[in-house]
Amino acid sequence: MSDLHNQTEIPDSSERRDFLKLGALAATVLAPGVMLYGIANSRPPEQGASSKLRWGMLIDTTKCGNGCNTCVTACNTENGLNGKTGPQDSQWIRKVNIKNLSNGFEHDLPMMCQHCENPPCVDVCPTGASMKRADGIVLVDRHICIGCRYCMMACPYKARSFVHEPITDQNPEVPRGKGCVESCTFCVQRVDRDETPACVEACNANGQNAMIFGDLNNPESEISKALSGQASVEVRADLRLNTGVRYQGI
Amino acid sequence: MNGMASLGKWLKLALLAGAAALTAVAPHQATAGSAKPMLERGKGEQCVEDTQFMRRNHMDLLKHHRNETMRQGIRTTKHSLKGCVDCHASTKTGSVAASKDDFCAACHSYAAVKLDCWDCHATKPKKRPATLAGMPPAASETGTSPMAPALAGGKTQ
Ligand code: SF4
Ligand code: SF4
Repeated sequence: MSDLHNQTEIPDSSERRDFLKLGALAATVLAPGVMLYGIANSRPPEQGASSKLRWGMLIDTTKCGNGCNTCVTACNTENGLNGKTGPQDSQWIRKVNIKNLSNGFEHDLPMMCQHCENPPCVDVCPTGASMKRADGIVLVDRHICIGCRYCMMACPYKARSFVHEPITDQNPEVPRGKGCVESCTFCVQRVDRDETPACVEACNANGQNAMIFGDLNNPESEISKALSGQASVEVRADLRLNTGVRYQGI
Repeated sequence: MNGMASLGKWLKLALLAGAAALTAVAPHQATAGSAKPMLERGKGEQCVEDTQFMRRNHMDLLKHHRNETMRQGIRTTKHSLKGCVDCHASTKTGSVAASKDDFCAACHSYAAVKLDCWDCHATKPKKRPATLAGMPPAASETGTSPMAPALAGGKTQ
């Protein structure tokens, strides 16, 4: 690991700094008190996702409100999910309540696709529909998904859902339909235009500030600084999937 | 990968056969009473490519674009399906495939080519959902984002 770091950091550090300065300029004041941070991603539309970045998320569960459902609602609205939570309904992000059995202390955390670096869903997919984009976002290519649901069985986080019924009135940016498996996309349509995922935006706007989204490969990003400054964990780190979503406070 | 390549080849063959059948049959059919589809004009001045070219090749452009966007994150707008819908949604139904006279449905039912796009893709243009009521519009929409000029430049309609 440390070898890898040395290789990538030394040769391009000055270039990277210039790039970061640009990123800093992208922070724009939209209204008093409301800052919109460009996430130093700005790339022209004809340029694909870059493997120099790796998108990740850090969730501070101590700031996550018990019973707060803001991130889930925002996800449902953005991605056109109906918000039902039955066994045959799609849930891309869900609130999980954990309880310390010895003293009864309870708290909440949001759980979704962890965007694993070594994703089991991709390993088992027989068609190549489950895929990891160059920037680490794990997606299902619905054009070739045959709905076998192997990936659902393989995912240790129960992050994927199968669409059982026909869907109409989709968000044009988020095509969804019967017969395919789906899961959190980190709101790839938003990330590609320099915005944070809907859940993160909503959580911050709600004042909880429990979620940070950003580039794990960039040592200057907010998320990298937070990760290098405080303890954090991967859920089921024993599986060595190197998840893109990390948690604090659990 | 091999599987995909041969599937692609197979599809192409099938399409070619379909197109050949169409050109062979269409004139007779027209005279035999099956009226050619009447298409509503799109909103823009002209299509992103020549109309004749689009008639033959729109499926290839769309497929190429879908793979680039989906798998690589390339988001040019010129050959995007969303662009087709934005321009060709019917003024009556607001959709490209809600009634049999709508843009996509009209030709595809005439040519008897089933299309699966609309099982997943929206047939109507829609503003992106306001994730948070009262939040200012996204930077890319107000033009303050560094990405905005690039996005506007990539638009051809
Ligand atoms: S959390 Fe599950 S669905 Fe997401 S990348 Fe990992 S294995 Fe795949
Ligand atoms: S359900 Fe789709 S994405 Fe999942 S393993 Fe099967 S083909 Fe791949």
